[in-house]
Amino acid sequence: MALESDLVTADMVEIQEFPYLGNKYNVYGVPKTVANETVHLEGAVPEPKFLEAVLKAGSTANARS
Amino acid sequence: MPLLKDKDREYLKGEFTRWLTSPVKLLFFTQTLECPTCELARQIYEEVASLSDQISLTKYNFVVDKEQVDEYRADKIPALVVEGARDYGIRFYGLPSGYEFTSLIEDIFDVAAGSTRLAKETKEALARLTKPVHLQVFVTPT
Repeated sequence: MALESDLVTADMVEIQEFPYLGNKYNVYGVPKTVANETVHLEGAVPEPKFLEAVLKAGSTANARS
Repeated sequence: MPLLKDKDREYLKGEFTRWLTSPVKLLFFTQTLECPTCELARQIYEEVASLSDQISLTKYNFVVDKEQVDEYRADKIPALVVEGARDYGIRFYGLPSGYEFTSLIEDIFDVAAGSTRLAKETKEALARLTKPVHLQVFVTPT
């Protein structure tokens, strides 16, 4: 999605190396996706569901804290 | 000792030779006294880059190379930027082991091609975005 839109950036974060982010975003299972700090998505979800989360994040808050 | 198995190395080399027709830049951020995973990540990226003339690897110092750190918004290490014709905003923080290694290889092919296999509907919806979306996908080594 980052490749398809200039407005989307995508980080893979290996949580064991950055445990403070796991705490910050309440990561209890993986994969977990956080979009714009606000929209949380648990597990590997189908593409339309993932898109929904991205669009929701894009219609709301700040991209980065 | 190489991290990639001979079999995997040969397979990737073949795939890269066959399909990778545009340059891909791997930009790696680490520091002088490398964290244990920084060292491993560097080895992995060096091995991947050695498998194709199309893949280049540039190493930056997270502490010293402030200009690049800011430009690429690398906020923690080990960090990897996977860049094609331009920076698409794709980052790997931490070791890309297990399934994440597959994601890395797929991303290399995707940025080289400048396109993805996402559905037409998805691409159309993304084109209508008006505000930035920053995705963080949290994973564990598998």
